[in-house]
Amino acid sequence: MASWGEASQSRLIGKRITRLSGKEKVTGKAKYTFDINRPGMLYGRILRSEVAHANVTDLDLTRAEELPGVKAVIPLIEVGRKIRYQGQEMAAVAAETDDIAKDALRLIYVELEELPFVVTEADAMAEGAPQIRDDWKGNQSNPGTNKNGDVEAGFAESAVTVEATYHTPVQTHVCLETHGHVAEWTDEQNLTVWASTQAVFGVRNDLARRFELPANQVRVITEHMGGGFGSKFGPGVEGHTAAQLSRMTGRPVKLMLTRKAEHLVAGNRPSMTQHVKAGATRDGRLIAYDMRGYGTGGISSGAGFQAPYVYHVPNRRTERFNVAVNAGNQRAMRAPGHPQGAFAMDSLMDELAEKLGMNPLEFRRINDSNEVRQAQYTLGAQEIGWHRRNSVPGSGTGVKKRGMGVGSGLWGGGGGRGTQARVTINADGTVEAVTGTQDIGTGIRTAIAIIVAEELGLSPTDISVKIGDSGPGLPSGGSGGSQTTASVAPVIKTAAAAAKQKLFEHVAPLLQAPVDDLRVGTGTIYVASDRTKTVAWRQATGLLGQESISEGGNWDQELRQGGVAGTQFAEVEVDTQTGHVKVLKIVAVQDCGLAINRLTTESQINGGVIMGLGQALLEERIMDPQTGRMLNANLEDYKVPGTFEIPEIKSIVFDTHRKVTGVGEPPCIPTLGAIANAVYNAIGVRIRELPITPDKVLTALAEKKA
Amino acid sequence: MSDKEKEEKQGTNISRRSFLKGVGTGTVAATVAPAILVGDSETAEAQTDGAVSTAKIQLNINEKSYQIEVEARTTLLTVLRDGIDTGGNGVDLTGAKLICDRGECGGCTVLVDGKAVYACMMLAMDAQGKQITTVEGIANGDALHPVQEAFIKHDAMMCGFCTPGFIVSSVALLNENKKPTIAEIKDGLSGNTCRCGTYPFIFDAVETASEKM
Repeated sequence: MASWGEASQSRLIGKRITRLSGKEKVTGKAKYTFDINRPGMLYGRILRSEVAHANVTDLDLTRAEELPGVKAVIPLIEVGRKIRYQGQEMAAVAAETDDIAKDALRLIYVELEELPFVVTEADAMAEGAPQIRDDWKGNQSNPGTNKNGDVEAGFAESAVTVEATYHTPVQTHVCLETHGHVAEWTDEQNLTVWASTQAVFGVRNDLARRFELPANQVRVITEHMGGGFGSKFGPGVEGHTAAQLSRMTGRPVKLMLTRKAEHLVAGNRPSMTQHVKAGATRDGRLIAYDMRGYGTGGISSGAGFQAPYVYHVPNRRTERFNVAVNAGNQRAMRAPGHPQGAFAMDSLMDELAEKLGMNPLEFRRINDSNEVRQAQYTLGAQEIGWHRRNSVPGSGTGVKKRGMGVGSGLWGGGGGRGTQARVTINADGTVEAVTGTQDIGTGIRTAIAIIVAEELGLSPTDISVKIGDSGPGLPSGGSGGSQTTASVAPVIKTAAAAAKQKLFEHVAPLLQAPVDDLRVGTGTIYVASDRTKTVAWRQATGLLGQESISEGGNWDQELRQGGVAGTQFAEVEVDTQTGHVKVLKIVAVQDCGLAINRLTTESQINGGVIMGLGQALLEERIMDPQTGRMLNANLEDYKVPGTFEIPEIKSIVFDTHRKVTGVGEPPCIPTLGAIANAVYNAIGVRIRELPITPDKVLTALAEKKA
Repeated sequence: MSDKEKEEKQGTNISRRSFLKGVGTGTVAATVAPAILVGDSETAEAQTDGAVSTAKIQLNINEKSYQIEVEARTTLLTVLRDGIDTGGNGVDLTGAKLICDRGECGGCTVLVDGKAVYACMMLAMDAQGKQITTVEGIANGDALHPVQEAFIKHDAMMCGFCTPGFIVSSVALLNENKKPTIAEIKDGLSGNTCRCGTYPFIFDAVETASEKM
């Protein structure tokens, strides 16, 4: 049975190993799609609507086409069609320079007949709201109800109940490299596209369908990419447009979204509103849960969230639906539905615990059947110094008050089939690992090198890892669902093992030993039963002569496992005069399965915590109900965490087993609840709506006083 | 609707910005048409006749001299990333990134006479006569700068798109303050944004680098 072996036997796996792409990234030599400059390349731009809802009554491209330097102008919407959100594509240009492309957009004439719009959930649900989707009845859809046990009986049995409304706003992904492509037709039947994507093969297959080409005549390259967080699985309108402009002009076309468009149309995390009532018994058992909730994914549906979350409630009823507004579509965003659900549930848990007069951690322990998280509660509480928290919320003295909170999360991340890989050993001793995955920033390139190097007794830097290219025709799935490592690692390991076996067959006669008595050392191959018999790696591979060994692998399920638990503790300091919340420390105890690379795993945990912190305290897409526009579609007014917001973060890689599990998403989940609960513990007033901005803190404090 | 009417309609909701004849410095190649010097790129009016004022300027980037023809509106960042010198060769210094395009994120940070500057906020014209160092010029040949070494060691990067900006800002910080405290590091790098959330390891890296310098 395949296994990763014992930790004590691992030379590389589980250690802290610096990333292979480090030197390229720190010297600025790493080439992202945005950095690709091809000979004769044109610059593409898209004209977008500033109006949220309108009929297109005229579209005239003539003047733009006449501008010197403009090589192509195409409509992206037909006259007679509807604009349904700010940012929707209307036309595109390709020009000799980016500035000329900008100028050309201003020369496109568009006539719009404006229609009534709604950009907030409340407006969309109001009586007499304008109908904004032709295929829905009203602005609500996809109602889903779920019932387990007997909710009424549960409430009758409850000693305490809490009734509350929790809300999280729309968050945008803010990929630093905006979505975009460089498209180049090498001839009429062959398309090469550099794509900022988290799914090289997904983009390839989509473009092949769009342009009716055999899939192997589209090559997609993503050597490096500047962030995706769930929003970069397909080429989108911009990718299709880049390829079309390139085909029309016969020249390469670079088309990257502007920062503004990135906020408007490149996806977002839907909002969540939950009206929830829950009850618990005197001895602290959650027993009844009744929730009605909704969210908006913009003009699309997909605004799901987890409720209840983590903790078990036997009697529960949930009803949820989507609300459409005139705003850009949601897309998957780091642990879709989980952070929002976790914030509401963890807030609710604390409210119930307080009514019971119980320590919120104790209340969680009673209602959490997960053993891993039980152990994490103990470790996390110790690390943060849980005993220091205010036993009476808000009881601290002085202007700046401190508090502590806890939150929990879960995730899958067990990977899946569909990755093909090849590990090649050449006669000169060089080793190559090739597969069609892509590095979204989590360090899969390095993880692959570590696995192959461990298997072959080499150093990670000895392994040439080729990923982010559909050219070799070795598919792998998208980097989403925290599935990458658990999908790729087993295939790489079995491919490397197969290649090693083949090499052993060449070496066995030389060492006069049976193949199954051979082992790899560090840069050597030796005989297990007689360690004096050894051969250096280069000498061994030299036996291949003109040949190479090239082996594929398989997704051995024994090498991976899904399901991770996580817990976070937060300590905050709230300035009761300014309302400013400063997070002092986060302890993140994250179940990671087998961490192939502890260093990059810690990076991912840090990153998850920081994104969660942003959602808790800073981030919100603000729509203007008067104009239908997003008011903060830039990086100044849309607040993402910066250096001043970063607390001390203790990222604990919590080893639970020796099987690979993904960890990209789970660390962003428990942070929101932990921070919100810590704020409550500091000031004794609960804020049920994120982000917890100073105005909300001051309002809450004023209401408490009054 | 006549073309004339369309032209008039197009004028609505467009904010007119400063138009200047020619350009401030450098050799003015054509003064017939006005060039947009400043403006909100989303709303400023287009140059419609296609005749663009350009000027040939000389820039000193990473101790190499470049002759480049620029428009008045051309930013230093555009020259670095997309500029073509008068010999027809691309400048191709794409380490500095275009991320926010308005001086908010620090992704395009370069050193101008040793000081950290957002290249998206500086006109190419104004960079004449100054020593410009991009992230590509931070290492000494193959020998990495201690800041770069420390970023690798501490994994102070994930996707890496913000990394060049952070490297340059960190070098600028350490040039001014050899032994910054954590608070000073946060202050010195507050003009740079990372979305992957690598900050804790960036702080570690700058501390390590400061010990090595």
